[in-house]
Amino acid sequence: MHTKTIAELAAGLRDKAFSSEELTRETLARIRQHNEATNSFITVSDELALAQAREADRKLAAGEAGPLTGIPIAQKDIFCTDGVLTTCGSRMLENFIAPYDATVIRRFGQAGAVMVGKTNMDEFAMGSSNETSYYGPVRNPWDLDSVPGGSSGGSAAAVAALMVPGATGTDTGGSIRQPAALCGITGLKPTYGRVSRYGMIAFASSLDQAGPLARTAEDAALMLNAMAGFDERDSTSIEREVPDYSAELNRDLQGLKIGLPKEYFSEGLDDAVARVIEAAIDEYRKLGAEVVEISLPNSNLAVPVYYVVAPAECSSNLSRFDGVRFGHRCEDPRDLEDLYKRSRGEGFGAEVKRRIMIGTYALSAGYYDAYYLKAQKIRHLISDDFRQAFDKVDVIMGPTSPGTAFKLGEKTDDPITMYLSDIYTIAVNLAGLPGMSVPAGQVNGLPVGLQIIGNYFDESRLLNVAHRFQQVTDHHRQIPSGFA
Amino acid sequence: MEWETVIGLEIHTQLATRSKIFSGAATAYGAEPNTQACAVDLGLPGVLPVLNGEVVRMAIKFGLAIDAEITPLSVFARKNYFYPDLPKGYQISQFELPIVGKGQVTIELADGSSKVVGVTRAHLEEDAGKSLHEDFHGMTGIDLNRAGTPLLEIVSEPDMRSAQEAVAYMRKIHSIVRYIEISDGNMQEGSFRCDANVSVRPKGQKEFGTRAELKNINSFRFVEKAIELEVERQIDILESGGTVVQETRLYDANRNETRSMRSKEEAMDYRYFPDPDLLPVQVTDEDIEKVRQTLPELPDAKKARFVEDYSLSSEDAGILTASRELSIYFETVVEGCGEAKLAANWVMGELGGYLNRENLDIGNSPVSAEMLAGMLKRISDNTIYGKIAKEVFEAMWKGEGDADAIIDSKGLKQITDSGAIESLIDEVLANNPKQVEEYRGGKEKMLGFFVGQIMKATGGKANPGQVNQILKEKLKGG
Repeated sequence: MHTKTIAELAAGLRDKAFSSEELTRETLARIRQHNEATNSFITVSDELALAQAREADRKLAAGEAGPLTGIPIAQKDIFCTDGVLTTCGSRMLENFIAPYDATVIRRFGQAGAVMVGKTNMDEFAMGSSNETSYYGPVRNPWDLDSVPGGSSGGSAAAVAALMVPGATGTDTGGSIRQPAALCGITGLKPTYGRVSRYGMIAFASSLDQAGPLARTAEDAALMLNAMAGFDERDSTSIEREVPDYSAELNRDLQGLKIGLPKEYFSEGLDDAVARVIEAAIDEYRKLGAEVVEISLPNSNLAVPVYYVVAPAECSSNLSRFDGVRFGHRCEDPRDLEDLYKRSRGEGFGAEVKRRIMIGTYALSAGYYDAYYLKAQKIRHLISDDFRQAFDKVDVIMGPTSPGTAFKLGEKTDDPITMYLSDIYTIAVNLAGLPGMSVPAGQVNGLPVGLQIIGNYFDESRLLNVAHRFQQVTDHHRQIPSGFA
Repeated sequence: MEWETVIGLEIHTQLATRSKIFSGAATAYGAEPNTQACAVDLGLPGVLPVLNGEVVRMAIKFGLAIDAEITPLSVFARKNYFYPDLPKGYQISQFELPIVGKGQVTIELADGSSKVVGVTRAHLEEDAGKSLHEDFHGMTGIDLNRAGTPLLEIVSEPDMRSAQEAVAYMRKIHSIVRYIEISDGNMQEGSFRCDANVSVRPKGQKEFGTRAELKNINSFRFVEKAIELEVERQIDILESGGTVVQETRLYDANRNETRSMRSKEEAMDYRYFPDPDLLPVQVTDEDIEKVRQTLPELPDAKKARFVEDYSLSSEDAGILTASRELSIYFETVVEGCGEAKLAANWVMGELGGYLNRENLDIGNSPVSAEMLAGMLKRISDNTIYGKIAKEVFEAMWKGEGDADAIIDSKGLKQITDSGAIESLIDEVLANNPKQVEEYRGGKEKMLGFFVGQIMKATGGKANPGQVNQILKEKLKGG
């Protein structure tokens, strides 16, 4: 059962081949079996899952079921879940049981999905390797000595290891697409504002966006159908009709215009990864697409701009973790300053502290114009690059990450190298565009992801482009040994 | 040396919305601690602010009332600092692009002249919670009911030159926000409070002196006192050869002193930046027009009309229009009795005195405008006159009914039957032949004596005009 996709499981549930309770029990057993190896989950919510499964079975029996009814889904531990521990990968929230559901959680609940647990992640979603988690690193199912990518590493590894058919992620600079690429699965970061951020613990508010991680584009579409939509609780969510993302999956790609940014195929890109991407592009040619070279001239500025904007926002967003109302509080504070310093000093890990300091500096009097304001201006230039590109092409393609999964510990002492692993994904967040990563092949037994970037609100097209590829390739069907 | 004082005020006025500026929680005052704070107010992980549209309308209304520019696209920014009653570690405020731009108000000075004071800007922001340092045995209690309450911060130009001008300005703003009903202006509950920036400079000097900011003053009286104290302190320093340091000071009403809170060196860097959780606030001309339709007659316009329509002095019109409630009360009385002068005298005189004595607002007056008008009608139609009217008023104040009922039950109706008055006068004259002689001998002052005797005999109910007239005739005729 665990090898089935969401679409296949939904059919099985509908046909009464198995019940949601059976499916959920098996999923929970598989999580127990493999979680020790990958450390994908921080919390497994057995009881809640079984209760939701039984409710789903009732709906299935009553004929009230939708495509996600009874399907086990893992939720990134960044989403607040009513009555369930919500850690955000941090010691700071080691004891935080959220008193409410994030909108994403509520929507999955309304769709009848079963939440089996909360997945591991980089602390406060700050990281590209899932090594900054207070709950230990996640291991890549393709090589347990390698990282799964981050920050949605737990979700990506859980899907890749066939522990769950789908999981949620959040993507601030590549945190869905990069782990999807490194774990050989399909991930989609929607247009900024497409999915509500309410209840999703903020890292960088102007960049954060939730999206699905699954094995196929078809499944990602089913999940996005449940997630997307305006939310009056999130002023930055956009009031715009949500299409049926499954409806356009099979559209013909004849005449599709694909742009390849020359900047994404230059220095820094692993040769073998480049060859995999080129082979994938050839598949698209065979499907009738037209491929043209384009330029995104400000691409080289994306990483530096991101590392001003994201830390600036995070330095403010994380101020609420002060030991006063919730979360970690130091023992026996002497006075207020001691309470703040020790609670935050003990509660946050090194990478989070680094970014809070960078961001605090960037916003300081005398530096604001030179850093934050300038970064915002360049951000507009980066968006303009994409706007011009989309005048000429339908989608943009390139590698998701410059290399395959790296070894645990390999880049932890070198933050700059670590930051560069998101060099192709970050610009998409700065521009607020939707982007996907789909498995495109392997290098030395490790998956390579093809990134597909679309115009604003063009998720249907991205899913269509990814789905057609998956119909003629089997990269997304590969299963890491030991997890069959 | 002669010194000149320079003052600018930052007034925080709480907007009278039912729910908070960024959440649906209630804003009512005086609830049990932390019962009016929802997940958003508590700054729980993951929550997001959603702007209450009503506060935007109120800010626009204020902008229109002071003839200010309304910013078409204003931006909420985060003001970052740590404090236990500031749940998110930042306050959502407006910084570079406030919703209300430059405007102005006119204040009246003691010498009867008027002065225009510039308003630099007014911006929307959320209030913080309250830290309670007593009753917690070395700990601090946090009440977040107030967190997220909408405030409009009104920043003046440094246009005021005395504590009295500052108070006049503050009163004017207070009157405006109440007129346009965007705030209850309740100072005891902290709905209207101010920070004063105070500096002194040698008279004639162009540059401003170094200023001190006096924080959180919540009464007109305290503003005046605090500024006067601060001016005195700064002049003392300067005259003894010292220099004033830029700092934030606190006014202690109990000790009647200001003391330093923090110097410029310790001043916080708030790291303002646009709040990415909120979109810029867009205000269209259409929005502005819609709000303009809701604007009532403002104090200055009403004052001018009172002078024009009721022939009141500018000073009286100023008093009667200082608060919207009082102006409405006055006009209701005028409407009821038809005599503006009489109404003005009674509203400012007897009624004003009673209200003052019992420390009541016009809204709580036991004598309604209709009741007062009813009584004034009885003065106009000679049923009663001044002295008796005061007695009737007192009875109305005590809740003994309306004027007619009181006049009736107490038998206070004026005696206007000239026959009755004549015979009374005859009696008085007959009983006081010596005084009659004196009067006739040229001592005209004696008239007052006779009037007094007659009033005494009638319990003050005889019509004084009639008494005078008949008395004079009789004394002449004898």
